[in-house]
Amino acid sequence: MKIELIVNGEQCEADVWEGESLLYALRERLGLYGSKNACEQGECGSCSVLLDGSLVCACLVLAAQAEGHEVVTVEGLADANGLHPVQEAFVETGAVQCGFCTPGLVVATTELLRQNPDPSDDEIREALSGNLCRCTGYTKIFDAVRLAAQRA
Amino acid sequence: MDVLTPRSLDEALRLRAAHPDALPIQGGTDLMVDLNFDRRRPEALLNLNEVAELKGWSRENGVVRLGAGLTYTDAMSAKLAALLPAFSEASRTVGSPQIRNRGTIGGNLGTASPAGDALPPLLISECEVELQSVRGERRLALESFLIGPKRNALAPDELILAVRVRGGLGTQTFMKVGPRNAMVIAVVSLALGVDRERGVLSAAFGSAAPVATLVTAALDDVDSFPEQVAAAASPIDDVRGTGAYRRHALRVLVARALERCLTR
Repeated sequence: MKIELIVNGEQCEADVWEGESLLYALRERLGLYGSKNACEQGECGSCSVLLDGSLVCACLVLAAQAEGHEVVTVEGLADANGLHPVQEAFVETGAVQCGFCTPGLVVATTELLRQNPDPSDDEIREALSGNLCRCTGYTKIFDAVRLAAQRA
Repeated sequence: MDVLTPRSLDEALRLRAAHPDALPIQGGTDLMVDLNFDRRRPEALLNLNEVAELKGWSRENGVVRLGAGLTYTDAMSAKLAALLPAFSEASRTVGSPQIRNRGTIGGNLGTASPAGDALPPLLISECEVELQSVRGERRLALESFLIGPKRNALAPDELILAVRVRGGLGTQTFMKVGPRNAMVIAVVSLALGVDRERGVLSAAFGSAAPVATLVTAALDDVDSFPEQVAAAASPIDDVRGTGAYRRHALRVLVARALERCLTR
């Protein structure tokens, strides 16, 4: 089936299988490989995207449900002026090791800071509880979130 | 496979009647896992995301009506937390922000898992389920709607419209045991209410019987209530915990929840 949706501000059309996830459509139909495919059950958060401004796991959204809606992926955060401040903070603090979880964490952090520009550590922990990182031990990720918040 | 996407409740009910094999999908947090892992291949999916009538909540004469499309994030709002504290606390323990933004109350009832986090707090709030089909509407007590593990009383042509619960029923709380504070399927869960006005204690537990189960007692029974609730459980051993642990944990949770509610 054909679906039409807005991805990172651009009107897109994708030919999808009826049972496939938004994640599969983004990666395999639209060539947006930033959102990662790992657990496929909403556990790891590496496919986090914004659907109509709300943070979701793209693996748990039926692609057909995104018809007529607006999706922002990690590719949509940077603009002509360069990286998004959250991306810069991740780079500067060394919050990236293997990098697989990074896109999901960057999207989740962006949404956290939009809702709460000055989060406490507990609030950061809660907001990122759906994003797993198996390398960093989260310390540098917390540093990145705090740095991005400071600069915002 | 087909995807049917109705734009109104009337259209949804007509499609449901014409395609009883079409599986309703709301937030997809349960169903998409089954699709991704090839565990289910339904003939069709009935996408309820665009049905505005299922969204939101309202209040009338002390009864709170929660639309089937209400998300856990919606349920955490300060207004609902004041009316239905245990339900709002339980919603905070569901999955992660990503899951709470998509998962819905209607989906929790449709899946009817013994571990469904919304079910115990709804049970202690005199919950009725509103079901509708092209034949008409009916209401069922939540206790009658839940008929077995992952089984409910929904007819093949019916949709879950909403649940109705009584707001402001005394002091309430929710507790859940699991290996961490997020992304947890309950090893055991408990919603407890102390209604001093009517002299009633109510407890409902999850993951400790084939269905989420309600136990009530008189306010005077405070001392024996933890034992009464534990005795009403019929927990099994599984990957998440043993039956013996679950029964023990339930007894401890009831005692703690009583303390929390009685000292508030």
